[in-house]
Amino acid sequence: MNKKIDFNYSCPLPIEQYPNVLLAHGSGGKLMHQLIGKMFINSFDNPMLNQQHDGAVFDVNGTKLAFTTDSYVVQPIFFPGGNIGNLAVNGTVNDLAMCGAKPLYLSAGVILEEGLPMERLWEIVQTMKNSAEETGVQFVTGDTKVVDKGKGDSIFINTAGIGIIEHDVDISPSQIQPGDAVIVSGDIGRHGIAIMAEREGLSFESTIESDCADVSKVVMKMLDKQINVRCLRDLTRGGLASALVEIATSSGCNIAIKEQEIPVNPVVQGACEILGFDPMYVANEGRFVAFVSSDDANKTLETMKSFSVSKNAKVIGKVSEIRDKMVTLQSSIGATRIVEMFSGEQLPRIC
Amino acid sequence: MKYLNEFRNPEIAKKYLDKIHKITTKEWNIMEICGGQTHSIMKYGIQEMLPKKVNLVHGPGCPVCVTPLEQLDKAISIASRSDVIFTSFGDMLRVPGSEKDLLSVKAEGGDVRVVYSPLGAVQIAQENPDKEIVFFAVGFETTAPGNAMAVHQAKKRGLKNFSVLVSHVLVPPAVEVILSSPINKVQGFLAAGHVCTVMGYQEYIPIAEKYKVPFIVTGFEPIDIIEGIYQCVKQLEEGKSEVVNQYSRSVSAKGNNNAQNIVTEVFDTKPRKWRGIGEIPGSGFGLTKQYSDFDAETKFGVEEYKAEEPAECIAGLVLQGVNKPNECPAFGKSCTPEHPLGATMVSTEGACSAYYRYRNIKTS
Repeated sequence: MNKKIDFNYSCPLPIEQYPNVLLAHGSGGKLMHQLIGKMFINSFDNPMLNQQHDGAVFDVNGTKLAFTTDSYVVQPIFFPGGNIGNLAVNGTVNDLAMCGAKPLYLSAGVILEEGLPMERLWEIVQTMKNSAEETGVQFVTGDTKVVDKGKGDSIFINTAGIGIIEHDVDISPSQIQPGDAVIVSGDIGRHGIAIMAEREGLSFESTIESDCADVSKVVMKMLDKQINVRCLRDLTRGGLASALVEIATSSGCNIAIKEQEIPVNPVVQGACEILGFDPMYVANEGRFVAFVSSDDANKTLETMKSFSVSKNAKVIGKVSEIRDKMVTLQSSIGATRIVEMFSGEQLPRIC
Repeated sequence: MKYLNEFRNPEIAKKYLDKIHKITTKEWNIMEICGGQTHSIMKYGIQEMLPKKVNLVHGPGCPVCVTPLEQLDKAISIASRSDVIFTSFGDMLRVPGSEKDLLSVKAEGGDVRVVYSPLGAVQIAQENPDKEIVFFAVGFETTAPGNAMAVHQAKKRGLKNFSVLVSHVLVPPAVEVILSSPINKVQGFLAAGHVCTVMGYQEYIPIAEKYKVPFIVTGFEPIDIIEGIYQCVKQLEEGKSEVVNQYSRSVSAKGNNNAQNIVTEVFDTKPRKWRGIGEIPGSGFGLTKQYSDFDAETKFGVEEYKAEEPAECIAGLVLQGVNKPNECPAFGKSCTPEHPLGATMVSTEGACSAYYRYRNIKTS
């Protein structure tokens, strides 16, 4: 089809190196960022979108709102610690929370594959209902489509969400200052390993449960306590490393973290050792990283630890004086190296 | 985590590093053979903590990196067939062949699957009797027993729809090629701990004697590697050339007998081409006559494929330890993990990829 389009050499097809979309284009790493940057941002170009935050923040007649959307295509649809239903609620709610917004309303677009057992669908819908109730959001609009067997993967869900911003704090990478503390809200990598273990039939000493959870209440509490929050980012597909690289790139600051301070559950660590993965790049669904002024680091930790979802929060580093847009990591034996965004999917190593 | 944290302890690391600084008087080039070791060296920033006189050169021990282009083209050709389910270890999927990689074959509709064990591929064969299942049997002595077991099991279960595309290579012949090269600058080796877990380390004794170089059988954690470097520098400074086992918690002199037996039953030694180095006699495995029915190359008629490497890529010199990855003009420019020119930029074990991902502040 592309061949029929008039080819303008001043604006060539941007992703020329890959004629087809690869799975790696959706993995949260460099390829996905290139795709989004060159295709979508470039085409839809506007100040709100260009911030590339977890959601868009705008003003309607004096009321500050946040708006976001996310699609959920996880396989398997049921996994230890949840199913696609609570993912679809928590993921969008967390994106709103990262804008400092209190989540209010959600939409649900559900694409069902012919043959999906009604019982399973009911279970997913009930999970969505319960998660929404726990969070205090309502599904207020939606859409349902069914595709032929083989044209979908059981169920795909898209949710969009609107939240209200009831404070004057500007939460964005541009607010980050040298000396700010970098805090991760809990141990990393659980969701990715839980999904992989379930999908590939790998079993470890104990079952790893996904960290899928709503973190909006933690963020609301931090704001209530008037903690000087500069920037928030939830950790999703590309893991902690990709989130930090994204923030370093858009803030212009260097972020210096210490490997030994990064909380990783021993079972997750063990699974990563076996598969040759780095937990820094493994997916999460209920974790976020907060940049706060160093004076407020202890207060932030205290607040986070008062919620079970963030009881393992830890300061993992700080923003340095240097402005090279880099993330540096001090390894456990004391040497320093640069943390890169992963290019595509993490693939299990041969040996 | 037990057996890991002890080997990442900063105090112990410092103790060995101090000892290395104390005993080093001359310039030494030490090659770590295995890609897993290269990965750890870069990840933990070990080179940066060594004396300037101790230079680590990164060897050819990454199976992804040394699998020749034509084997990849064969894999891609087989995987593109509609009657085939092509199975492989994960990191082979991103290695570029002459025109594309296996991930692109998957994107175009090919049935390409990642398996975590070769026996997983046998299982797929059993469950899909109307499909041909091909497993990409790559790797060194470490993966050979598992891959051999898969073929053995397939035969035992009478599976006619299972075959393997073999690209197995062996460490000692490659080490000899490096040592006998006129441009060689390697003076000591960290032998690959996992290869020696299978094979033992006796085969390195005659090589150490012949070329007067020390071999330290070394593990993969930072303390293993630092201790291995210490023992290697110590021997070099004392003018010794012995084979020493640092990785004694896993390696014995004779190795794993059962593993060796299954390998000898299924595979025999053959000349193999190494990506970037060329053909080395007796440097790899092929299937024995008894198992020749499981050879995917003959089954799918791809034996005669030939391919040329991109001229710009110096992976061959990197694999022999002659050049460092960042000495390549394409490094980080026309060659990155997203668009690798050579296989050393693909696997996280590949020297170029490890350099790129774990650049320290100085080299960047």
